[in-house]
Amino acid sequence: MMNEAKTVSLPAHPERATMEGKNKFLGFWLYLAAESVLFASLFATYLALRHSTMGGPTGKELFQLPTVFLATVLLLTSSMTSVMAILSMRENKASRMKAWFIVTLLLGAAFLGLEIYEFTEYVKEKHTFTSSAFGSAFYTLVGFHGSHVLFGLLWISTLLIRNWNRGITLYNAPKYYLASLYWHFVDLVWVFIFTVVYLMGKVG
Amino acid sequence: MSQMAHAGKKPLLWDYLTTVDHKKIAILYLWSGLFFFVLGGIEALLIRIQLMFPGNTFLVGKTYNEIMTLHGTTMIFFVAMPLVFGLMNAVIPLQIGARDVAFPFLNALGFWLFFFGATLTYVSLFTGSAPESGWTGYFPLSDNNYTGHGLSYYAIGLQISGAGTLIGGINFLATILNMRAPGMTLMRMPMFAWTTLVSSTLILFAFPPLTVGLFLMIFDRLFGSHFFDPAFGGNVVIWEHLFWVFGHPEVYLLVLPAFGIFSEVIPTFSKKRLFGYHSMVFATMLIAFLGFMVWVHHMFTVGLGPVANAIFAIATTTIAVPTGIKIFNWLATMWGGKIRFTSANLFALGFIPTFVMGGVTGVMLALPPADLQFHDSYFVVAHFHYVLVGGVVFGIFAGLYYWWPKIFGRLLNETLGKLHFWFFLIGFHLTFLIQHYLGLWGMQRRIYTYLPGQGFELGNLISTIGAFLMAIGVLFFVANIAVTFRKGAVAGNDPWDGRTLEWTLPSPVPEYNFLRLPLVRGLDAFWIEKQAGNKEMLPAEPLGDIHMPNASFLPFLMSLGLFIAGLGFIFKDQYNPAFLYVGIGGLAITLLTMFLRSVIDDHGHHIHHEEVESMEGGASLS
Repeated sequence: MMNEAKTVSLPAHPERATMEGKNKFLGFWLYLAAESVLFASLFATYLALRHSTMGGPTGKELFQLPTVFLATVLLLTSSMTSVMAILSMRENKASRMKAWFIVTLLLGAAFLGLEIYEFTEYVKEKHTFTSSAFGSAFYTLVGFHGSHVLFGLLWISTLLIRNWNRGITLYNAPKYYLASLYWHFVDLVWVFIFTVVYLMGKVG
Repeated sequence: MSQMAHAGKKPLLWDYLTTVDHKKIAILYLWSGLFFFVLGGIEALLIRIQLMFPGNTFLVGKTYNEIMTLHGTTMIFFVAMPLVFGLMNAVIPLQIGARDVAFPFLNALGFWLFFFGATLTYVSLFTGSAPESGWTGYFPLSDNNYTGHGLSYYAIGLQISGAGTLIGGINFLATILNMRAPGMTLMRMPMFAWTTLVSSTLILFAFPPLTVGLFLMIFDRLFGSHFFDPAFGGNVVIWEHLFWVFGHPEVYLLVLPAFGIFSEVIPTFSKKRLFGYHSMVFATMLIAFLGFMVWVHHMFTVGLGPVANAIFAIATTTIAVPTGIKIFNWLATMWGGKIRFTSANLFALGFIPTFVMGGVTGVMLALPPADLQFHDSYFVVAHFHYVLVGGVVFGIFAGLYYWWPKIFGRLLNETLGKLHFWFFLIGFHLTFLIQHYLGLWGMQRRIYTYLPGQGFELGNLISTIGAFLMAIGVLFFVANIAVTFRKGAVAGNDPWDGRTLEWTLPSPVPEYNFLRLPLVRGLDAFWIEKQAGNKEMLPAEPLGDIHMPNASFLPFLMSLGLFIAGLGFIFKDQYNPAFLYVGIGGLAITLLTMFLRSVIDDHGHHIHHEEVESMEGGASLS
């Protein structure tokens, strides 16, 4: 069908050129609206419970801002590289798009590695999922975000593997676009976590 | 040769397990919803039998709590939601002139998630302990110290079916916003499409808080977190907030589609256009908006303080205004119309006074000082049954009688329909009107018995007799369905002299809905053409091949994976940590099917126009 796209010129917005693409575009924005409410509920729960440490270490004592700052830089940079990937997609440059997505994947994986390291450090200091309501709320909120990052990595990898030998088509362009949209959303949520959990936690 | 010929040869069961056709998914939703309606109704009768006499020992203690909890959970999540979704699926693409929903695959996935979530919740009945802390699942009643493992079934079952609802909501939003026929502007959409759009928006914003609440409940119960455990700094009021941020919009997202149905039924059977269409649209949006602003009225007695209570009391009473606009518009639609008292219209007419009564008691409950008196009494039980049965169930019945011929090609029997209506209406008021007084006389809700001489005997006896009259009404409906399938009158395209696009299509509707997408020239598009002397819609496109989605077994498998995962996690809690691996295995099945969905290209198929033309010429399309 449309698989031999290398010779075909693409429209300016291949991700929205077909009805299916338009539907996906709109449907995914709506899904992200629901995800926002989901994270808002988790943030509200965390804010209500963040002082319930029950004698365990507080956020002020726990959080290592340099590590978290490094993680933030990695993740926000990965957002930018996924923008580069989508710009390449719109210019119908498949190998450049793939390269940018791979950089995105590496940055995301590095972020996830730092988060796992951070969690193990906290557990050593007796701050666990079951030690207090603060612990439960912290690991649930940050962990939900972390599992979103993991899901995004799996998603983008699957997309790349599946379409490795195929050019950009009207069928797979919406898929690339949505994956990058999801990635931006996950990064955006992190900005709130960085502020609400870590910066506010450091202030006390 | 053709996809359609193949489709005709598929075994019925496999066809329904793999279908992505919104009309077949509608039928799946309707049958499951009606099945759970009978279950929930039997539970209601058990409750009423126990309360029929003082000191009765028919159903006491834990068993009573379980049946009461299942009744509430079932009626809200496994009856009202699927029946509303069933009607939406059956009608919405037809009303807006679309060949399909925006995401046919997700539509099937939404149904199977609901189905397996509901089934999982009912598995609890066979493994020793059903949920028992009320459909609201309040903590600390829902934690491991006070309840058996039924609450794990509740949490995971609702989580799975809630995911299905969210998917369905997104699907209808995208469908209505993107897939309307040429000329069908938003302000030319039928009211049912409008209310579906608005209530899908409510789903979009109301279900995620429930998702989070249920996750926290699951974590607390299965993995030892302490969200709702004050001994470790947790807070039970968080559950109440999350539950009601979802729970209050939930009643509006159920009742708005019912309002939409009445706005279709009343004009059709009054032979007039809907009075005040624009104000109806505005009122719908206003109700939805205010519906989000009022969840704290379920928490007036929690002690959030007078300022919070006052704000939420005012927001709550304000909802009476747009609702009143709607009521007067329906009355004005009938004014001077040629009213036909069909079964569908009877349910619409019966709804108006019933729902107004529920609204009035709602305003009474919205005032915090009065609410402190009514709280946890039968007055509250009476109020929400007036709203949910008088609004949603009457709406569903009106919609079923109205659209049954379009869905199945046969007209439901009118005599049985009228018997159904009168038994149901009289039984309903007999059951629940007296419960207001029982509440005012001091009878608490959720109790399983009372003592002789407290003054509750007569009221409870009347209430139980009413419940049995309602059950007889439903039996007439069941009989009606059976009779209709055996020898119902064949419906034809347009049995009610309808006004909207679905009545331009054959009954039942062919798989591709519209041979050619219609050109819409105004509100009540079909009526406009009829007035202009046209027998059918003007086409907006030439005849061509029709693109259709492929059937798929993956939605069933994805949901089955989550069902197995749910069972594994619940049994881990109940018996043995090793069941955790069953849970993880179930999740793996789901992830694997998601992976398959990602890597297998699905371009759909085309129905060739020659083939369609030959079929349109022929008689039966199934």
